[in-house]
Amino acid sequence: MPREVVELSYKVEHLSILDKDGNLDEALEPELTDEFLLSLHRWMLLGRRFDERMLSLQRQGRIGTFAPITGQEAANIGAASALRDSDWMVVAFRETAGELMRGRSLVDTLLYYGGYNEGGYIDKGVNNLPVAVPVGSQTLHAVGIAWSIKYRGGDDVAMVFFGDGATSQGDFHEALNFAGVYQVPAVFVCQNNQWAISVPREQQTRSKTLAQKALAYGVPGIQVDGNDVLAVYTAAAEAIDRARTDKGPTLIEAVTYRMSVHTTADDPSRYREDEEVEKWAERDPITRFQIYLEHKGLLDDKKIETLEEDVAQQIRDAVQKAEEVMGDSVDPLGMFDYMYAEPHGYLMAQREELAAELEAKEAHRG
Amino acid sequence: MARMTMVQALNLALTQEMENNEAVIVLGEDVGVDGGVFRVTNGLIEKYGTDRCVDTPLAEGGIIGMALGMAIYGLRPVAEIQFSGFIYQGFHQIEQHVARMRWRSRGRFTAPMVIRAPYAAGVRALEHHSESREVYFAHTPGLKVVIPSSPRNARALLVAAMRDPDPVIFFEPKSIYRAFREDVPEEEETMEIGKSVRVREGDDLTLVSYGAMMRPALEAAETLAEEDGIDAELIDLLTISPLDDSLFTKSVEKTGRVVVVHEAHRSFGPGAEIVSRIIEKSFWYLEAPVKRVTGFDVITPLFAREQVYLPDYHRVLRAARETLSV
Repeated sequence: MPREVVELSYKVEHLSILDKDGNLDEALEPELTDEFLLSLHRWMLLGRRFDERMLSLQRQGRIGTFAPITGQEAANIGAASALRDSDWMVVAFRETAGELMRGRSLVDTLLYYGGYNEGGYIDKGVNNLPVAVPVGSQTLHAVGIAWSIKYRGGDDVAMVFFGDGATSQGDFHEALNFAGVYQVPAVFVCQNNQWAISVPREQQTRSKTLAQKALAYGVPGIQVDGNDVLAVYTAAAEAIDRARTDKGPTLIEAVTYRMSVHTTADDPSRYREDEEVEKWAERDPITRFQIYLEHKGLLDDKKIETLEEDVAQQIRDAVQKAEEVMGDSVDPLGMFDYMYAEPHGYLMAQREELAAELEAKEAHRG
Repeated sequence: MARMTMVQALNLALTQEMENNEAVIVLGEDVGVDGGVFRVTNGLIEKYGTDRCVDTPLAEGGIIGMALGMAIYGLRPVAEIQFSGFIYQGFHQIEQHVARMRWRSRGRFTAPMVIRAPYAAGVRALEHHSESREVYFAHTPGLKVVIPSSPRNARALLVAAMRDPDPVIFFEPKSIYRAFREDVPEEEETMEIGKSVRVREGDDLTLVSYGAMMRPALEAAETLAEEDGIDAELIDLLTISPLDDSLFTKSVEKTGRVVVVHEAHRSFGPGAEIVSRIIEKSFWYLEAPVKRVTGFDVITPLFAREQVYLPDYHRVLRAARETLSV
């Protein structure tokens, strides 16, 4: 028997609409209202400023460890903004800006990273799953949600976020495979920020792109400039449209960069050069988009100043409220809540044991 | 009433619940066209189609993770893991998400799902097909772990599991899948999860067991009555977690003597928890050291040695007599 070649036709498209200096490729400019464009900008800015504030709170010991999103605002907001409210957003842990845009409260976010379970609550009507720390594990939940949407005959979609490191996890491959087999309305958004803690993208996989991982599963993959909010939005909107019209899942690789630490417990100087960070700073997603909006006459220095003040006030209010809730006002016995629909007897006995312990401590202190 | 094997009784539970509730979706490897390797899901695909009886790719983590997404959305997935020995490929999904979705979202999202798996030894199977590792799951807060011991209670408990608001790990002792038949009512029957039952009354000795080990335990109790004039009380746990200690601790207060029987390895096994509860609650009533008749602390051996490894009637009887001789 001869050796034969199985022909596979596959190319990965790379989409970029704004160049690094904010110049537009007019042929590719999406038709978006001024109001929508300004909202993209506002949420990106809020994401950046909230990140900065959380970092300083963490350094002061007022909240715990968290994963900053700085540099990835366009990937967050470009993708999340293409969803409608009834769609589902399934996150990893570097999507804070996108979560906020979708209705996650700043106060709850601060409580969660401040170490209080109360912050894990997602308001009713906000179809975001809670943060998923185990890398890549959440991809399958999006497939299950998307499968259910299809089963119920709806036209919502489930969008799942993960990083470049997650593409090495089995769950990611199982999720893409299941999504392909069942042709579910899921959109996979890989925020390729070049680093999985200290391991660079090229050591994560031999593949030239991450988007091509979709090939093996019969799923389309596209790579976009992840620091170009218009490009991310366009790719996400196209993928969502495919999903809504029963054309199956898509993998989007948003090529971006983690400008800050992996988490606040990380020291990037151990593994990467400042020059690399400086190079990526030239491609800052907010600056580029701001230039575009200024060219369109939608923003000027005065408007930006007002916006900065608004955002700062919003963050100040949230921090104040979160700190009011934190501390002694949160009942430690809350750890026993929500274990089961109906707590069992032995669990209640342990709750009473702790309650008595706390009371005894209080009496001792008093 | 029809005489049924456990396989038939489980199939009845699945069929009726799928009929009752279109949110119930069965998924797993070979559950559809093949009807499951043990035929528990036989006929479901013909009745309810590929939308509700879903043959999946071969990936346990994928099955469990996808099922969780379905449960979050509001469906009632019943995921089959073909053998409990392969559940570890999805263990991270159970530990990191299934068990804690209600807790970490403060009740906003829940995981009303069942993970069924044939489990334990006794059918001369390959490696990884005979283990009893229920404690891995019983040790994880947020899960319920159910192990039936007969066709009738298997059916009733599976129905309850499919209606439970929390995730249930449902281990089916495969050595008794077809070992005996029992009358199972055609009309709906459920049993409460988290409740043990007393299957034999007695004043002299307490036997605590569950799953396939209920049979040797009951046989030993009968021999004790016939040959020794001893009345043993036998408790069937049915649910491993949350553990119902009410019956066995009360029983020990009456008998003062207890033998725990399970297939799982001894060290840190379910018996350790059962005995701890007795020590906590009924210590002053004990008249003899507690005994555990269990699998040994070795890797579950290949099938040529599995009957020697497994607790049997003789080991239970001997342990009971030793306890009674103190």
